[in-house]
Amino acid sequence: MEIKMHTRGLDFFYGDFQALYNISIDFGINRVTALIGPSGCGKSTYLRCLNRMNDLIPGIKVAGEVKLDDSEIYDPSLDVVTLRRRVGMVFQKPNPFPKSIFENIAYGLRVNGVKDKSKITQVVEKSLKQAAIWDEVKDRLNESALGLSGGQQQRLCIARALAVDPEVLLMDEPASALDPIATQKIEELITELSSKLTIIIVTHNMQQAARVSDRTAFFYMGKLIEVNDTDTLFTKPDLKQTEDYITGRFG
Amino acid sequence: MRRQDIDKGVQSVFLLVALFSITALSLIMVFLFLEGIPIFETVSVKDFVFGKYWYPTDEPADFGIMPLILGSVYVTLLAGMIAIPLGIMTAIYLAEIASPRVAEIVKPIVELLASMPSVVIGFFGMVVVAPFLQKLFDIPVGLNMFNASLMLAFMAVPTICSISEDAIFSVPTALKEASFALGATHNETIIRVIIPASLSGICTAVILGLSRAIGETMVVLMAAGGAAMLPTSIFDPVRPLPASIAAEMAEAPFGSEHYHALFAIGVVLFVFTFGFNLIADYISHKFRQVGEASL
Amino acid sequence: MIKQRLFAQKVNFSLLKIAAWINGAALAIIVYFILSRGWRAISWEFLTKPPTDSMTAGGILPCIVGTFLLCLVTILIALPIGVASAIYLNEYAVQGRLVRLIRLGINNLAGVPSIVFGLFGLAFFCIVLKMGVSALAGGLTLGIMTLPVIIGASEEALKSVPQTYREASLAMGATQWQTIYKVVLPAAFPGIITGSILGLSRAAGETAPIMYTGAVFFTPDLPGSIFDEVMALPYHIYVLATAGTEIEQTRHLQYGTALVLIALVFGMNLTAIILRSRLRKKVRT
Repeated sequence: MEIKMHTRGLDFFYGDFQALYNISIDFGINRVTALIGPSGCGKSTYLRCLNRMNDLIPGIKVAGEVKLDDSEIYDPSLDVVTLRRRVGMVFQKPNPFPKSIFENIAYGLRVNGVKDKSKITQVVEKSLKQAAIWDEVKDRLNESALGLSGGQQQRLCIARALAVDPEVLLMDEPASALDPIATQKIEELITELSSKLTIIIVTHNMQQAARVSDRTAFFYMGKLIEVNDTDTLFTKPDLKQTEDYITGRFG
Repeated sequence: MRRQDIDKGVQSVFLLVALFSITALSLIMVFLFLEGIPIFETVSVKDFVFGKYWYPTDEPADFGIMPLILGSVYVTLLAGMIAIPLGIMTAIYLAEIASPRVAEIVKPIVELLASMPSVVIGFFGMVVVAPFLQKLFDIPVGLNMFNASLMLAFMAVPTICSISEDAIFSVPTALKEASFALGATHNETIIRVIIPASLSGICTAVILGLSRAIGETMVVLMAAGGAAMLPTSIFDPVRPLPASIAAEMAEAPFGSEHYHALFAIGVVLFVFTFGFNLIADYISHKFRQVGEASL
Repeated sequence: MIKQRLFAQKVNFSLLKIAAWINGAALAIIVYFILSRGWRAISWEFLTKPPTDSMTAGGILPCIVGTFLLCLVTILIALPIGVASAIYLNEYAVQGRLVRLIRLGINNLAGVPSIVFGLFGLAFFCIVLKMGVSALAGGLTLGIMTLPVIIGASEEALKSVPQTYREASLAMGATQWQTIYKVVLPAAFPGIITGSILGLSRAAGETAPIMYTGAVFFTPDLPGSIFDEVMALPYHIYVLATAGTEIEQTRHLQYGTALVLIALVFGMNLTAIILRSRLRKKVRT
């Protein structure tokens, strides 16, 4: 397996509280990796270490190694803005800007300095198609994104993340606020996107992890308990603790 | 230039601008002291603060501001006696009792009262309240301490009310429910739980309200009567500190002793309000309510 | 026993209700007097002509223009500085000693008496910076006084912008400044405007800070620029009521000017209050 991103011995602190202990995971290129575990286990915190979103919180401390390709992302000389362009993110709740559908997608291009109008139009269409929402919104690109349904908003947010052409896509429980049909669409989308992107998805839904991911990592109390191919982890886990969790005998 | 560098530059610019307020405050202090201190070449600090006679234009002049200080203190205390109960009671009514629809009407009323220009309130005290008081109490002048206090009270009520209301509103619902669950009436819950729990906020409100009253100028300039003497009754005219500055600055030649004396009064006034604000700041930080534990 | 307790409640609640309505009554009485005695003075002439006959007749046009000029300078100085300060405090600053110091500065600036602002403006803007008595010096003085109101309102508006907007923007590789400029500020804009209107309405009604920095008894002509001294509505009321040539005979002019002033101030306030309640409803849905 060719590695796109990895962490080695990652520790994470909120002030004096240690939230993550010694986490080491490899993320294969163009694979989907699912992070599972009970709420509060640190899986979202871990995800946010990967694009330095935790930098927004005062008083945090990170130790260990986080590499994207061959560069250490916590290296002071590395530019966090460029990092976040390369490592996109989709959030738990759909969070479109209060702008038009078109402007939501164009936003990432504009802030990254693209001025060419025909290029922008082209990328907006391509991204919306990639996110499988083009047919639903192509006639109302200038309407507010807030008028879309929750599922549509989330696919719009995925399209928005895709527009800046990221190499890795982080997804923080992207379907937890959606109904089953919208969830199914998002899952199909993830599978499709994985041919071009490295995807890391946090989910509390084990069926979802089993359906969409190639590899799965199980977190508990800030520690990585087990990481393995999804099929293996769900059928014959190495540890009793993992088995208890995936079979629902747990907490 | 990369946009990341622009970002750093922008942040520094914002920091510089944010320092403007503290710079302005420092400049205010510097200039007050710079223009006020020269008066102490003529009169000692003690004679200035405790002197009983304020005749700044006589030959030789008297620069004793005790009558002005007492004028300010009395007017503010009297205004407080009206405004504190009124403001707190209104706050309790708004936060606890009034239906949302009534609150929707009363809140803008309080806000409009707050926005009423002080010169209009002073004018009202002068042309409406003064003749009314004169007739009602059969007194020689209607422009006096009581009139000014009454007008000041209505300027302090909105401050006291809105800050108290915030404090009362932020009392955790769990506390209220606990009290109700023990069979207390709403009235008893307000008196025994809600008011004690929001006391530090209410104190802050009172201090800031009084601070506003002691610094208010136009009302005391127009409605207090303007006599720089030690009052003996609430119907005596007084001349509080701000009124003295405002009334006399026009006649004080630039750089004269009188001019410096007025700035020194400004220093005294500034010290009063600065002290009030520091106390309020201290109380609101020190006794900030943290969950239910601080009761 | 329980009857007694409920009776106590009834009595207390009635008292509270009365207290609340005393405010309403006070406002109503003041507005009633100003309105009933002032409206007769209001005419097209009153609003568009300068005062005549040693200010015992004529209109208040120079005062309206003067107050407008003062407000213009006020908002030009207070809005950019206020919004920028709020952005620093809310978007960039890390809690610490510096922030505590800045906040202490803002809180204390808010508590400085208006006449002290006047003294400062006189000593600093008029004399040291040689602006003389002018709309510029008066407006700058009012601007500094208004600053804490605008900072407070802008901070509140910035706080109400959902954190997810910022995260979404940053996650796409926008810089912090791009995020603020393109996402946060547009979303906070209505709140900032509302707060600014409130701050400006207070400045428009203030007298003490401009008495010796910007406003004068009388100007023969309309002000030509912000470097001229001006007449102003609130100062005009004070002058006519205390130092006019014919205090009793010009009562109607005083009431009329007061009516124009409170119409202006209340108009601004009501606009802001209505804007804000619409805003809140919008946020809720």
